[in-house]
Amino acid sequence: MEINAKNVRQWSRLGSRGFFGQVILEIAPEHANLLVMSADLGSSSGLERFRKTYPDQFVNAGIAEQNMVGVAAGLAKEGFNVFVTSFAPFISMRAAEQVRMNLGYMHLNVKAVSIGSGIAMGFLGNSHFGLEDMAVMRAIPGLTVVSPADCAEVLKVVEAAARFDGPMYIRLTGAANTPIVYEDDYPFELGKGQVLREGEHVSIVACGSMVYHSLRAAELLAEQGIHATVVNMHTIKPLDSALLDQLLQRGAPLVTVEEHTVIGGLGSAVAEYLAPKRQKVPQLAIGLPDAYIDTGDYNYMLEQQGLTAAPLAAKIAEFIRRSD
Amino acid sequence: MSYPHITAFARNMRRTIVEISYSCGTSTHIGGALSMTDVMSVLYGHVLRFQADNPRWDGRDRFILSKGHGVLGYFPALLHAGIIDAATFATFQQNGSHLIAHPVMNLDLGIESSNGSLGHGISMAVGVALAAKKQQKSHRTYALLGDGETNEGSVWEAAMLASHLQLDNLTAIIDYNKMQNDGAGADILHVPNMAERFAAFGWQVHEVDGHDIDALVAAFDAPCSGKPKAIVAHTIKGKGIAFMENDNSWHHNRLTASSYEQALQALAAAEHAADAGAHHGN
Repeated sequence: MEINAKNVRQWSRLGSRGFFGQVILEIAPEHANLLVMSADLGSSSGLERFRKTYPDQFVNAGIAEQNMVGVAAGLAKEGFNVFVTSFAPFISMRAAEQVRMNLGYMHLNVKAVSIGSGIAMGFLGNSHFGLEDMAVMRAIPGLTVVSPADCAEVLKVVEAAARFDGPMYIRLTGAANTPIVYEDDYPFELGKGQVLREGEHVSIVACGSMVYHSLRAAELLAEQGIHATVVNMHTIKPLDSALLDQLLQRGAPLVTVEEHTVIGGLGSAVAEYLAPKRQKVPQLAIGLPDAYIDTGDYNYMLEQQGLTAAPLAAKIAEFIRRSD
Repeated sequence: MSYPHITAFARNMRRTIVEISYSCGTSTHIGGALSMTDVMSVLYGHVLRFQADNPRWDGRDRFILSKGHGVLGYFPALLHAGIIDAATFATFQQNGSHLIAHPVMNLDLGIESSNGSLGHGISMAVGVALAAKKQQKSHRTYALLGDGETNEGSVWEAAMLASHLQLDNLTAIIDYNKMQNDGAGADILHVPNMAERFAAFGWQVHEVDGHDIDALVAAFDAPCSGKPKAIVAHTIKGKGIAFMENDNSWHHNRLTASSYEQALQALAAAEHAADAGAHHGN
């Protein structure tokens, strides 16, 4: 699968959810020990073709996420590399203690894939949103937590996960017609954030769906003479501390942007790292509020929550004024 | 006694349980260890294929202690099976030991999984059994559950999937001692008809006296095709030590010097009575 302008437009139409199924289908022949599990959401997770093409590598656990994670752990213990998939709250919270015991405590080679995290589930409402999933998953010792910025990065992350021996939480955000961050192939490394834009007035560190909106916000800020660095912090754990050190050295105010509650996610992770440092920069954590979200379609909610370019730019500009 | 070596294994286990329970100096889950002892003796003395000097041998049968608090019925079995050495065993519940009050996965010590939170081990066992099917390996997977543990809904999620996947290489044993942490199961969350429940979930069920070695051996050895096997073992919490039997204060308790002596005497008395009974029976 080549990352180029034509392909990424096609992938973007599917969104991260549908495209995940396409990627796993594509890489399956290279990974004989790869298994995919679903809790009766295979067709909703883009896995229908995978199930039909590789029936021996697909296990439907039924509507039983807790058991699914435990079964995945047993399979992983015996040498399989298992991707377990469900919607964000079900895989990360319904089965949280199974993730803790099996992926955390026993450090088994299971990749927990959260489909449609953040508020991408739209009218399905808060029962289906991943508002707090990163906070819960990030707190579990031993887990790697990753959130790709767009479909091209879904490809990068899933390819990397298939080669990675260890437990991982893969947080897929965004709805169909995912905005495109990457049109060309690029070097991706787990645990290494990527600087997408350089600017001296503010550092914006974003993950998942918010990378694109942060880039657009940076363009609006540039029109006002505010030049922003924008970082794609796709790996939330382990955090790229070397990159954060560089941002700290530059001394510009720092903003984190995530489609997740401001409690316990990327903003918290960055604050936890920077707080003990002698050198200080002001930090603003932008994300979803500590609340359930008034429901509508995805783009409506992003706008209501101020997570699109214009309100992001306004918040960041105001923050910089106050920081001076 | 058709299986004297299993009976001897069980007697050694019970003595070890009492000794380590006393010498470790802390409260232990002794009641539930004694209820599962005969099942474990049949497993490690007869059923399981393993290589004591090579615990990672790939052809070994897998045993998962889903009732993770039952380590006092588990580590002594590993000791008497020759998988754990005496020096390692003696570190039980000492600071820094691998052997604590719940299993911590350590394949070199024959411990397949970390447990302690109930309702997890059976799910992992389903995964391990499914892996063997996919890899066309002939080993079996065994999981021991407590009856109180079946309060956990995930047990029944696992039970459903195991029969759906026709995992006839999986055996679950339910240590049906009818007591749990807070008292009699009947007063807390009654789970009568355990055998019928597993049968209704599509398992091949063997309902036996969990202290009858012959009956246990027959249940383990019975052929099983197309279905997972459940052995519902009716047991007595504290079995083998008269003053502990069915007294739930021994769910998690500490042996004093005097109760330790009493326990050893009770074990000897029970063995004597069993020998006499067997002698008269012959």
